[in-house]
Amino acid sequence: MTLLAPYRVLDLTDAIGWLCARILGDLGADVIKIEPPGGDPGRYLGPFFHDDADAEKSLPWLAYNANKRGVSLSLETAEGRGLLRRLVGSAEFLVESYTPGFLEARGLGYEALRDVNPRLIVTSITPFGQTGPYAHYRGGDLIAMAMSGFMSLIGEPGRPPLRVSLPQAAMWAGMYAAGGTLIAHSYRYVTGRGQHVDVSMQASLLWALANAPAHWSLVREDLSRDGNYIVGRNITGARMRAIYRCRDGHVNFIIYGGEAGKRSNEAMVRWMAEENQAPDWLQHKDWNTFNVATSTQEEIDALERPFVAFLAQRTKAEFVAEAARRGILGYPVADVRDIRDDPQLTARAFWQRVDYPALDAAVTYPGPFARFSAAACAIRRPAPRVGEHNTEIYGAELGLSRPDLETLTRRGII
Amino acid sequence: MTPPGAAQPPGGPSPAPRALEGLRVVEFAVFAAGPMVGKHLGEHGATVVHVESRSRPDGFRVHYPPYKDNVPGLDRTGSFALFNDSKLGVTLNLKHPQGVRVALKFAAWADVLIENFVPGVMARNGLSYEAVSSVNPSIVYLSTCNMGQTGPKAGQRGFGSQLTSQSGFTYLTGYAGGEPMLLFGPYIDFVAVGFGLVAVLAALDCRRRTGQGTYIDLSQYETGLQFITPALLDYETNGRIMTRLGNRSPHAVPHGAYPCRGEDRWCVIAVVSEDEWRALCAAAGRPEWSEDPRFATLAARKSHEDDLDRLVAAWTAERTPQDVMETLQAAGVPGAIVHRLSDLFTDPQLAHRRIWRELPHAVLERFHYEAPPFTLSETPAELRPSPLLGEHNTRVYREILGLTDPEIAQLTAEGAIE
Repeated sequence: MTLLAPYRVLDLTDAIGWLCARILGDLGADVIKIEPPGGDPGRYLGPFFHDDADAEKSLPWLAYNANKRGVSLSLETAEGRGLLRRLVGSAEFLVESYTPGFLEARGLGYEALRDVNPRLIVTSITPFGQTGPYAHYRGGDLIAMAMSGFMSLIGEPGRPPLRVSLPQAAMWAGMYAAGGTLIAHSYRYVTGRGQHVDVSMQASLLWALANAPAHWSLVREDLSRDGNYIVGRNITGARMRAIYRCRDGHVNFIIYGGEAGKRSNEAMVRWMAEENQAPDWLQHKDWNTFNVATSTQEEIDALERPFVAFLAQRTKAEFVAEAARRGILGYPVADVRDIRDDPQLTARAFWQRVDYPALDAAVTYPGPFARFSAAACAIRRPAPRVGEHNTEIYGAELGLSRPDLETLTRRGII
Repeated sequence: MTPPGAAQPPGGPSPAPRALEGLRVVEFAVFAAGPMVGKHLGEHGATVVHVESRSRPDGFRVHYPPYKDNVPGLDRTGSFALFNDSKLGVTLNLKHPQGVRVALKFAAWADVLIENFVPGVMARNGLSYEAVSSVNPSIVYLSTCNMGQTGPKAGQRGFGSQLTSQSGFTYLTGYAGGEPMLLFGPYIDFVAVGFGLVAVLAALDCRRRTGQGTYIDLSQYETGLQFITPALLDYETNGRIMTRLGNRSPHAVPHGAYPCRGEDRWCVIAVVSEDEWRALCAAAGRPEWSEDPRFATLAARKSHEDDLDRLVAAWTAERTPQDVMETLQAAGVPGAIVHRLSDLFTDPQLAHRRIWRELPHAVLERFHYEAPPFTLSETPAELRPSPLLGEHNTRVYREILGLTDPEIAQLTAEGAIE
């Protein structure tokens, strides 16, 4: 059994919206990815399977279009739009990421689709939202990272603000789109009414700023990036290191306050003492009176020095093992290999092999985002090839005849 | 779900319909990953009870700036406020035997229970899924924690900012060839919030159709990995360990942050297509760039990216970020301001979406609460101020749990309600 099995989702998104319907598909919904003839432009985003730049081999595409069936459809023809309306009649959800106004101009805006199916929930994912002064601005990952304020908090002072090297804005937007869509779905369950869910990438990334906006609201503190030092944790303005270099990379460790910090600091100092690397003053430090928020820079700098020296001589694996054994708060700065080799994920049977007969390969994916006692959340089908399910969906499900399908194909509609 | 009107949250009934009216949620949750799920349910009409105690208040009340006037205090922190609007706040000591009894009454009342303690804590408090489902078999019970409820590291502790490093984000952030860079705050907590919200809503749908309750084991680590799937597949299929590129992109040149006029002011430019490249050259008044063979194709620009970045930076340096954005966007080129935190509160697009909801608060006076990034056309979010510690004790214990005043007085005298 799967959670959203009774529902059909039409997915008309490009890369900025893929994740939303992928999530609904993981939960069991029947997702139909609708691409323009020739395929979604996102199929040409690298990196590629075996570095072969082919429409069926884009790894971002494969990542976020699993659990979807795929059809091709041109919205530039009346027949194509008619086919979409027929599909809308059979669907509970439609997710799209066209520029605001694109679907309206083709008679496929929210109101028009609601006339076809009043229960339909339409979710629109765009850089800035459907309306407003920037609604028609060009967007993308870097633009959203900048306009959300996220970048201003990352990087070294005096050097350019940074984004995450792997695009993240579409992830935030797609995830929140799924949340908003399911809230609308709850309302529909009670009232039978669909609605339009308007998702902004810029606004979605605001939550990646965690509590930073509260600093401005409450004390008009315009926080700024500070390299590998935590900002905003201290009212004296002192900087606290969070990334420590180790022998084979880096670890994230913080000298911390409060009850949890006290236990962690003590456990770390005990380890250092066992290796004869804890100065006397550190072994006798009273962590009960240590307060991160009120410590001065001099105090913090002096405190950090022995930790820097100690961790520089340890490996990520040593830190992980000792942190777990001793109750030290911290994790390694993991790369993808560290993650793939993590015994925690293996023990939880996290990784999932997905067969790609067309690639003559099985690709191992990250598994479910959550485990449900009532149902499975898993990958049940690979990402589709261009138009892979045209015959199945237009023929077997919508009842188009073989000659009709051939005509539509010849005319470039599907 | 229960009929609307059981317990109206502060502010009284609202004019617009609420999507989750009548949904009952109890949170035994602290910091962000648990409470933010409840916030999103509450701002769409659910009745959400945030349970804390005076001896163990939510950590964001205690040692996390910002504080009102920089003075610490349980009702003075902005972090607690930001993640706990649209809820009722009660105090209950779960270490007290009577506290557990009352907690089970909340569990019996609720449609959804949210907890984010280290695995084992809820069971030790007598509030395991088994205990709760024995009084409420159809409950949707969300456990969200760092690494999941099972596995050798289930008990391993660490803050969200550290788990962000375990999940690959820190390694993937930084200048090319440089050190990994810290992301601000507990990035991954908020990834887990979105997936937690989705998980709860999907389980509620299943319950409406089947009557069946659900236990949800959400590992924040595993939710984070959903956001780096292409990097994980790149390692699986190509053996490559994706690393830091600064702001550069394999698919676009120029693509970066460029200095602007003003102190620490920056803009970004992301030229994805050849049309955008030609439009950039024209809009910048540098038609010669588009004729330069070093910049003729994406591949050529990629090989001369440092040269081109210097030219672009020289052009942006004389302009404000606003000017760069308007000039480029008018020409159809993706360009934008690197907003500072303060800019977010004057950004006209965020204002248009009513992201900031400045509401009165008894101690903070006025605070900018944050609306969700999605707007529902029929049932928009409506935010109400975050609760003071124990603010709604009387109302919740009376109206929601149906306790009598003498019972409440006795529980208070015994220290169960603190």
